[in-house]
Amino acid sequence: MLKDPTVTSVEQAAFKEVAKVLEPFRRHETPITRDTDITADLDLDSLAVMNLLMQVEEKFDISIPLNLIPEIRTVGDLVKVIEQLTKGA
Amino acid sequence: MALFERFAPLMHAHDAVKAAGTDPFGVRMDRVLSPTEAVIKGRRTLLAGTNNYLGLTFDSGCIAAARSAMETFGTGTTGSSIANGSYGGHRALERALAEFFDREHGMVFSTGYQANLGIISTVAGPKDYLIIDADCHASIYDACKLSSATVIRARHNDPADLDKRLQRLAEQPGDKVIVTEGIYSMLGDQAPLAEIAEVKRRHGAYLVVDEAHSLGVLGETGRGLAQAAGVEADVDFVVGTFSKSLGAVGGFCVSNHPDFEVLRIVCRPYMFTASLPPSVIASVRAALETVARRPDLRHRLWRNIGTLYDALERRGFLLGPQKGPVVAVRLPSPEMAIHLWQALLNAGVYVNLALPPATPSGEPLLRCSVCAAHTTEQLRHMVDVLTDIAYDAGLLEPQMRAAAG
Repeated sequence: MLKDPTVTSVEQAAFKEVAKVLEPFRRHETPITRDTDITADLDLDSLAVMNLLMQVEEKFDISIPLNLIPEIRTVGDLVKVIEQLTKGA
Repeated sequence: MALFERFAPLMHAHDAVKAAGTDPFGVRMDRVLSPTEAVIKGRRTLLAGTNNYLGLTFDSGCIAAARSAMETFGTGTTGSSIANGSYGGHRALERALAEFFDREHGMVFSTGYQANLGIISTVAGPKDYLIIDADCHASIYDACKLSSATVIRARHNDPADLDKRLQRLAEQPGDKVIVTEGIYSMLGDQAPLAEIAEVKRRHGAYLVVDEAHSLGVLGETGRGLAQAAGVEADVDFVVGTFSKSLGAVGGFCVSNHPDFEVLRIVCRPYMFTASLPPSVIASVRAALETVARRPDLRHRLWRNIGTLYDALERRGFLLGPQKGPVVAVRLPSPEMAIHLWQALLNAGVYVNLALPPATPSGEPLLRCSVCAAHTTEQLRHMVDVLTDIAYDAGLLEPQMRAAAG
């Protein structure tokens, strides 16, 4: 369902935005990359993840279906979902 | 990997909570003396966390009806509603519910959880959309997991956000089903239902309202928030429970949808479980009649709500945003919440402890529920006890302690 990651302007913008939103939850000096695991590598609980998704939805004017959330593990996964939903809009 | 290893962080947190004394999630009531008192750990305890809003659990009419039904029809139906589990009483209760809500159809489920699970998972199909309020109850989230529809979460009590999300789906052919609650179970706040109904009409969506905490509590005849907000015609499916104001267990859905009856043969949480025992059906029928016949119970409940809410507010507690049968005391940390909860129980007052992630916005709560059967003295006593404990714990400023109860 999701396409291979091709670096498009939407993809870059989405990554930048997600990285910005996640910045407060970064552990130590580890930078946020597309491989960062959203719950394992960051100080986020399930409530914070849901709030983070709301922020991203607002920014990109999309609704991320709850059905897709189990598939979102890394920052890259989330970026791909944003890219896909933005294209569909 | 060990089978339950994934629960390790939760087990660790639970151990820490239990270390404070009684396990808040394992309280045992040894005897229940009345709708407002029980014996816990050998102590007579004031109950202020039981969702027993109208105090009907010991109503003599409800008990007599239940006893008679048990003697006549036995202890249980031992079967599904679509097999051997529908008795005359079950059908009569469905008709009574439909009549109470002035609807064409009624359907009874074995629990409120299953009513949400069944209705919400079945009304929307694979090409449809469920748009749920973010603070919806776990039964609604679980219904979404069981559903084949696409599930979208809207900001809590935010009709503008709901509007935006429906707008994004405007080009999609599937049906859109909005799910909201009348009164939210944790903070006790009400949905802005008139505004939500307006958004629903504009987008041609359907609307499901869970009146679990508002049945018998809101509306001129106790039908809930939709009645109070004057938008019953916009609500396509009303879901609710028998385990709060009606003092028993079970759930229901009422609707005017012309094809509603098909749900009986497609709704799995209705079909693949045993129906309610005849005694429960009989007590619920009696309780529903009592709600219709005795508006004074509702008025007493609201007088008690005012007494508790106003007194706690005067003492300086941070409460949920709106008065209602659920009065939530908002606390700064789980440690403070656990300490206060434990101290309250030791002093003979039972309320619910609600910890994140089960609470909205991660705030720990002492969730109090008000009963029509509470006396003013009981409520004042509870406020005094909580104030003393909160003062000793450093939560309240000294000058607030003296504020009039």
